[in-house]
Amino acid sequence: MNYLQFFDMSAEVSLIALILIVFLYDLFTEGKERRGFHALTCVLLGLHIVLNVCPGEETVLFGGMYQSYAMTNIMKTILAIGTLLVFLQAKNWLRRDDTRHKEGEFYVLTLCTLLGMNFMMSAGHFLMFFIGLELASIPMACLVAMDKFKHESAEAGAKYIMNAMFSSGLMLYGISFVYGTVGTLYFADVPAAFHGTPMQILALVFFFAGLGFKLSLVPFHLWTADTYQGAPTAVTSYLSVVSKGAAAFTLLVILTKVFGPMVEQWQALLYAVIIITITLGNLMALKQQNLKRFMAFSSISQAGYIMLGVIGGNDLGMTSLVFYVLVYVAANLAAFTVINVIEQKSGKVDMDGYNGLYQTNPKLSFLMTLALFSLAGIPPFAGFFSKFFIFAAAFKAGFYLVVFIALLNTIISLYYYLRIVKAMYITPSDAPIAAFRSDCSTKLSLALCTAGIIALGLVSAIYDGIHLYAFGM
Amino acid sequence: MNILSLFVLIPLLMLLGLWLSRNLNQVRGVMVAGSSLLLLTAIYLTVDYLGIRHAEAAAGVTDAPEMLFTASYMWYAPLHICYSIGVDGISVAMLLLSAIIVFTGTFASWKLKPLTKEYFLWFTLLSLGVFGFFISTDLFTMFMFYEVALIPMYLLIGVWGSGRKEYAAMKLTLMLMGASAFLLIGILGIYYGSGAQTMNVLEIAKLHIPMDMQRIFFPLTFLGFGVLGALFPFHTWSPDGHASAPTAVSMLHAGVLMKLGGYGCFRVAMYLMPEAAQELGWIFLILTTISVVYGAFSAVVQTDLKYINAYSSVSHCGLVLFALLMMTYTSSTGAILQMLSHGLMTALFFALIGMIYGRTHTRDIRQMSGLMKIMPFLSVGYVIAGLANLGLPGLSGFVAEMTIFVGSFQNADTFHRVCTIIACTSIVITAVYILRVVGKILYGKCTDPHHMHLTDATWDERLAVICLIVAVAGMGLAPFWISDMINDSVTPIINNLISASNL
Repeated sequence: MNYLQFFDMSAEVSLIALILIVFLYDLFTEGKERRGFHALTCVLLGLHIVLNVCPGEETVLFGGMYQSYAMTNIMKTILAIGTLLVFLQAKNWLRRDDTRHKEGEFYVLTLCTLLGMNFMMSAGHFLMFFIGLELASIPMACLVAMDKFKHESAEAGAKYIMNAMFSSGLMLYGISFVYGTVGTLYFADVPAAFHGTPMQILALVFFFAGLGFKLSLVPFHLWTADTYQGAPTAVTSYLSVVSKGAAAFTLLVILTKVFGPMVEQWQALLYAVIIITITLGNLMALKQQNLKRFMAFSSISQAGYIMLGVIGGNDLGMTSLVFYVLVYVAANLAAFTVINVIEQKSGKVDMDGYNGLYQTNPKLSFLMTLALFSLAGIPPFAGFFSKFFIFAAAFKAGFYLVVFIALLNTIISLYYYLRIVKAMYITPSDAPIAAFRSDCSTKLSLALCTAGIIALGLVSAIYDGIHLYAFGM
Repeated sequence: MNILSLFVLIPLLMLLGLWLSRNLNQVRGVMVAGSSLLLLTAIYLTVDYLGIRHAEAAAGVTDAPEMLFTASYMWYAPLHICYSIGVDGISVAMLLLSAIIVFTGTFASWKLKPLTKEYFLWFTLLSLGVFGFFISTDLFTMFMFYEVALIPMYLLIGVWGSGRKEYAAMKLTLMLMGASAFLLIGILGIYYGSGAQTMNVLEIAKLHIPMDMQRIFFPLTFLGFGVLGALFPFHTWSPDGHASAPTAVSMLHAGVLMKLGGYGCFRVAMYLMPEAAQELGWIFLILTTISVVYGAFSAVVQTDLKYINAYSSVSHCGLVLFALLMMTYTSSTGAILQMLSHGLMTALFFALIGMIYGRTHTRDIRQMSGLMKIMPFLSVGYVIAGLANLGLPGLSGFVAEMTIFVGSFQNADTFHRVCTIIACTSIVITAVYILRVVGKILYGKCTDPHHMHLTDATWDERLAVICLIVAVAGMGLAPFWISDMINDSVTPIINNLISASNL
């Protein structure tokens, strides 16, 4: 065996090095030395991003266990950027007295899940994929339960781990069907033996259900709201953006590459799932008062939109999906940064608490408005472009009705995003949140997100660059 | 640099200037400088455009380009999206109209409080969308600017409006965004249906979209733009929205934004899908006829000044779509003239209503009377706007409506003739509601003692009103140059429609 192969997995290797450094630093420092811990982690993660930003070429290692496309590397970079933004906004929370001692654990566990996602995305074998998935799920449960003395957080952790285990079980069951009918688990060899027999359709459905849990597609979404509400806000934002993006991309690659011969079956499956996911997610979001629950349902419907990039199975869909996730990272994390900082400063997470926010914190409300407009798909913000492209991709493949229903749903989503805008700008309040100054790392996170929200759409180079590496069925 | 890009660049610079400005005077300075620059650019563009067209005509050029000042920059290559711009006579007229209304709107909201800076930021963003829409020839860019123009309305009405502002703002935003959902699917249908390698309207017009695609996507596109043009039964956002909006926003919205609807119906839906327009046009013709008559009748029974004008807008904008659907050269020219004329006079109306409301603090016509003696300047302005609205010769309304009804009657089909006759009744009804209001609030004896001490217009208000009156009268007295300019530009679109009917 050629051990030099390990160095071709540069994204994973540098991430492991990063995890080790953070872990050792956490073990051997105390007191004043830890003051630079947050900055160090962020800088190192930034370095990791810069080192691996080059898309590279298609690599197949270890006899096909590990395979990475240029697009996979782009996706890894996007997810690492998302993680960095989450770290930046988490500083407030990590400096609280009751979480201060858990700072190192937070970094290590989060980076471990990121590593798991990297493996999941570049797996070339179902078992490799499963290991990645588990590595991404189990530390996540610890993260969700990080505020373990809070009742909701512990409950959320339990709910998450139960659901993750259940979905893993389902998925393994599906994978065993694949092995039973095909006799191999290598992604490269499986498609040749797929003919759409009933057993294989069952395998597809179980596999899809397993990833559907991760993506919180309806009807596998029931854990989402409680987990999002209970988890610490930084973890919620990580869960809603990074974890979801990884699962969406993996689903796209596996459906087109491995389940390619069964395209008619999975398109039919997605057809129904997309319509109910978008519609139900939106309808449930209408009545939410708690902003974290609200974001949970909004992210369920966003997952439905992301799936529009998968259903066509064309290269345009892949580009649009990756671009959508990138824009979603910027917009959703901007919204969560605001929610997080307000929760830390005033303890308010209810929509009524935001009444009159513009009077006291105009800049924060303005940035929140930009983020919400981007999520709702309003130009000139990036969300408009990503939504348009993902609709165009599904439309090109002939799914007119789905696109139409998704478009009508954007109106519902606009209504509930505008509710927050209304609370901040229009509704008067007797006791608005007092004016406060955010710290540097929150500001940096917001600045990066806002730059993304504005530039990603207007500057076409990023989309065009992603499109160079896209592939379809 | 292309002169048209100035229409996007200047508002962008204004946004930057507003963002940087620190006090009220700086905000006002930026707005006045920016909006006058826009107006000057629009006037220069009109003169230049006419000059080039005259030179072409004098030289006997037969294959003159449809659009002038065209430019195109690739934006999103995988979907063939370009930033393509270009203008013909219709867009030049619309740009001029928008510039006049933005200019006067700035003065009409001179004393607006609170949060003046934020107000003008959103107001400028709104006008950026409007200008961008009229210069674009690329479907995607056009749609993007269209949406840019919609969303500031929510905050402008919600924060600075009056009455049931939250309800009205939400209703307007959701209905118009809903329309844009129809529109988006229509655009995708046009793009993929034509198999074009471009999103440029002029290029797609040379291709043929299969008839079964047209049957689906023509109604969606027409409806998408039609909602913004207050097509019955989707006009309900308009009265509530206009009544609650602050003065300048009502002006810009009724004056310009509603014209986006008619312009889009003509330029995108009817131009690119002429066969379906011939086949399915009758459905929309019935709806627009209802708009025209129903809007006028509704205006008769209203008691709120803004509601009266909003329903009158429904009626007059219905007339725009009505004339477009008649599909003759004269009626289409009339439709564009009506867009201009209605834009100017409705802006004048809303400006005056805003000024009167700012003094009397009521818009209920039952509580006002004898204002002519108290505020003569505003009252005379109101009478002029009213006379323009009911089509007095010498003012803009007459030119537009005359052309529309003459053109419509040229369509010899019995069904079209019947619709024309029904729509003609709106002229009479318009006279009823205009004269009723004028008589009620301006003449007679002033009954409310509080109204006795009110003052007449200040300089900023006078400036806005005089500008608009000059424009209304100018268009009414010398319509020939503008109507020639429009007529030439309508020709290719109508040619497309007529050749489709002969298939």
